[in-house]
Amino acid sequence: MPLGAYIAVSAALFAIGIVTIITRRNVLYILMGTEMILNAANINFVAFNRFGSNGLDGRMFAIFTIILAAAEAAVALAIVLNFYYLFNSVKPSEADLLRE
Amino acid sequence: MLGMLEFNPELDFKLLLAVPLIPFFGYLLQISLRGRLPHGDKILTGGMFVVMCITVYMAAKAISAAHAGVPFLHHSEEAGMTHGWLYDVASQPSFKNLVIGVFYDPLGAAMLAVVGIVSFCVHLFSMGYMHGDKRYPIFFANISLFTFAMLGLVLSDNILFLFVFWEIMGLMSYLLIGHFSHDPSQKFFHSWATWASKKAFLTTRVGDVCLFIGIFIFYNGFQEFYATSAAAHAALPEFHPMRFTHMWEMAKLVVEANDGIYPTWMTVGGMFTIGGTVGKSAQFPLHIWLPDAMAGPTPVSAMIHAATMVAAGVFLLGRMFPLLSPDVLAAVTVFGSVTALFAATIGLTCYDLKAVLAYSTISQLGFMVAAVGLGSVEAGMFHMTTHAFFKACLFLAAGSVIHGCHHIQDMRVMGGIRKKMPITFACMLVCTMAIAGLPWFSGFFSKDAILLAAWGNLIEGEYFGGPPLLALICLSLGALFTSFYMFRLIFMTFFGEYRGDMEHHMYSAQLAAEGYEGPPPHGHDDDHGHDDHDDHGHDAHHGVHESPLVMTAALVIVAIFAIPGAAGLLNGWFTETVTVENMYGENVGAWVLAGTPVMEGTKEVLVGGLPMAIADHNSHEGHDAHKLALIVSSIVAFGGLIGAWFLYIKRRDLPGKLTAQFPLVYTGVRRKYFIDEIVDFTVLKPTVGFARFLRKVDENVIDGTVLLVGRIHKALGSISAWIDSTFVDGAVNAVGLVSQNLGAALRLFQTGRIQPYAAFAVGGGILTAAWLILS
Amino acid sequence: MDQVMLQRAFYGALALLTLTALGIGLAMAGASGVAFGLFTAMTLGGALVCVWERSVVRSAFSLMATFTGVSGYFVLLEADFLAMAQILIYVGGILALLLFGVMLCPPDMEERQLKRVLPGLGIVGAAVAWLSMEVAGSARWYVDAGAPVGDALAEGEFSNARQIGVGFLGIDQYVVAFELAAIVLTVALVAAVYIARRSSVDLEPREGDA
Repeated sequence: MPLGAYIAVSAALFAIGIVTIITRRNVLYILMGTEMILNAANINFVAFNRFGSNGLDGRMFAIFTIILAAAEAAVALAIVLNFYYLFNSVKPSEADLLRE
Repeated sequence: MLGMLEFNPELDFKLLLAVPLIPFFGYLLQISLRGRLPHGDKILTGGMFVVMCITVYMAAKAISAAHAGVPFLHHSEEAGMTHGWLYDVASQPSFKNLVIGVFYDPLGAAMLAVVGIVSFCVHLFSMGYMHGDKRYPIFFANISLFTFAMLGLVLSDNILFLFVFWEIMGLMSYLLIGHFSHDPSQKFFHSWATWASKKAFLTTRVGDVCLFIGIFIFYNGFQEFYATSAAAHAALPEFHPMRFTHMWEMAKLVVEANDGIYPTWMTVGGMFTIGGTVGKSAQFPLHIWLPDAMAGPTPVSAMIHAATMVAAGVFLLGRMFPLLSPDVLAAVTVFGSVTALFAATIGLTCYDLKAVLAYSTISQLGFMVAAVGLGSVEAGMFHMTTHAFFKACLFLAAGSVIHGCHHIQDMRVMGGIRKKMPITFACMLVCTMAIAGLPWFSGFFSKDAILLAAWGNLIEGEYFGGPPLLALICLSLGALFTSFYMFRLIFMTFFGEYRGDMEHHMYSAQLAAEGYEGPPPHGHDDDHGHDDHDDHGHDAHHGVHESPLVMTAALVIVAIFAIPGAAGLLNGWFTETVTVENMYGENVGAWVLAGTPVMEGTKEVLVGGLPMAIADHNSHEGHDAHKLALIVSSIVAFGGLIGAWFLYIKRRDLPGKLTAQFPLVYTGVRRKYFIDEIVDFTVLKPTVGFARFLRKVDENVIDGTVLLVGRIHKALGSISAWIDSTFVDGAVNAVGLVSQNLGAALRLFQTGRIQPYAAFAVGGGILTAAWLILS
Repeated sequence: MDQVMLQRAFYGALALLTLTALGIGLAMAGASGVAFGLFTAMTLGGALVCVWERSVVRSAFSLMATFTGVSGYFVLLEADFLAMAQILIYVGGILALLLFGVMLCPPDMEERQLKRVLPGLGIVGAAVAWLSMEVAGSARWYVDAGAPVGDALAEGEFSNARQIGVGFLGIDQYVVAFELAAIVLTVALVAAVYIARRSSVDLEPREGDA
């Protein structure tokens, strides 16, 4: 398949990720949307690496993204738990302390 | 050893500069910390001790130089320590530039040492006397600045800076005499101090204005002369018209250029200049401030009477002597002689301990001024030095007595306290012998020199009479009276029985009729605000006691200079150091000594000082003159002593009978010749009346105008206020309203929730990207 | 439309999408195109299900398809190490974490937010699609978009894991990045443990807490 197909899939995944973050009313969905966006980026990295040059850079970026995603998932889950302890809810709309 | 006493400009001018700066920094420290400086009094007194050591050391150098016959006129130019004031030295012609520096000469050395020693003793004494006073730290600060002013005055090298310090001293005398005017608990002194400080300030101000005019007459005259005279240019390539050394030189040149006659403008300038002396040294018409100056604390009186204020006037005469024409000197002689006799007679009748001393100061100042007028400037300066010591001691001793007698000053309720205050009594007796001129005490030498000068002027004059005759008579009588009233003071205060706790005594009726001089004893107005023995305040009138150690120590230090041995030493040093050649340099000194070549009548002798024949002790005439002066001064001294003894110890009923015999004379003298009343009637009343008139003018005319202007402005202001509240405030409110509504609208977007924010971020990102692509 | 009908319509549309993808893939590149279409269906379908489903558990499980699909792309792009890492970390690690999160939170069956999801999908999708088209049309491409470059594997190699290992540990290549990654992971895990401690986040102390 040509590069455009990968980019198209990546863009679609990215859009779905953003929609997940914005629309769903549960903090866990924000986490899931973030993972989708990161995956979309990974697809692009690897695809450009494969079609553009024969080096390792793209794949290295992808590995980093995965590593950071793992770290992010751990921290984010801790945040989610704290969120629940604090607001006794998992709805991000409950957290409007920033408004004060 | 001798090397140490050689003048070393590099180091010594720094030391001399430190002399006035130590009290000045002490003052700054004390006044800026408002007395929170721990042990401020001890620090300032310590500083004064350092000053005293430096001044004595420097005076030793002057004596050593005079002994070796080395000229001792030092200007700080030698060490490069000058400062171009008003203009830069390099950029301006020298006559426009006022270069200030330090001037150190035999006269300055003597004066500086006197001021240093007396000021230290006064500081020391104050630590005891003023202890517990409400404004004790401020008092110390002020007295330090007072000392600073006098030290600076002595060290100034030019007449303008002398005048600056002169004025600082006037201000400080005002503040110190008015010390109790800030202390309403001192009921007796409170209003008196207020009045007396104003009186001192304003009276001396008359003299100060005269001095200022005199300074500028000389300045102008010398500059004009220098501009046209080639001889002056040759003698003084760089001319500073205010500097003393140059003024002396110029006076000589001017008189020589004028065929040996003083030009009129110099006489006029000299007359104005001695006006300063008349004011500051309390000579006859302007003497009225000095007796009232005792409203201040006693250490201040000691300071003013001995080392600072009044000495400054005589010091000025010494500095300006070559500039004074024979006519001016004749006037000086008359002023001094009249004052000496006049004040002495008033002293005969006073009962206030300090008032007696105050009038004796005026009288002694008359002696000094008359001596300068008679041409014997060194005799005047010598008398000033001896007088500074014994008068400081007398005043401090009087303070000690007053302190011991719980702030009563009237001699009629003292008596017999010699056993209770032995040290004070000893010091006071020594100093009384000195001021009375008993042989071989310090006053004897100096008075002898003055009488000798008068005698010399009289016999060398072209005719027998004139000012020298007046001076001889007045001064002899004055010396007689001095001896009388001083021993009267001693006998009334220290001998007989203590009258303070007696219900009835020989003065009871008089006291009841006339009231007390000084603060009354029983009133609570003398609230012991500055008294450190409240613990036995109830039996105050029984507890006459010796003063604390700091006070008696100060007394003893100054009294030492009055006793025969020390006085003889002082005499030797002084006559060796302060001679006309030493004071004004060889050139001017020789000119002054020789007298101006062409003169008429007595003027020749007046300028020439002592005739050479008499100055020489070994000649026949000199021997005779000395013997005569010795006899006269001994007669008057012992005459006064015996008179006082007879009237106040032997026949104590006699004074009352005498005063009853001559009521008119007694009342006149007792009321101080009505001088205060005359001044009140001729000066104060018209001045106050004129001031009242001006006040009326001010209230009616000027205030009316001001009020009109104010009303117009008020109307304009209200118009302005209306515009302001309507338009300007409206605009401001509109801006506020718009902001508020906009904020309320924007607030809707601020939900505080994360998802809308994310949506905004994404939307913003997309829009940005779109804009980038499309643009 | 009731919930059942909606559900049917959605999954029907999803099936159609899958068939379309497979068809396009077959038409474009034969067998590998079919594989591509399958992975696309897995990836996008999983993502769409994740957005669509009301249950958090279902959404989380649907993400498994997405992650697996992405690893499939990696295989197609001859990045076998990455594909393995993707499955190990995402499917084995992150997804498990997510499920833990789901278990620790209360069940939350919210109303399906069609009013929000569909316009969101429409607007964001359209915007992203438009932007992608614009970028693709205006950008200058330094790559040959039609075919991959060279061989991903060196001669005699079976996997490119060795390549990546050498890349990480080679002095002149990515060793610094490797170390940084280690530090980041350590710090993140410590931080996660710290944040997850309940007492550390209490706004006000409760009784019984030490």
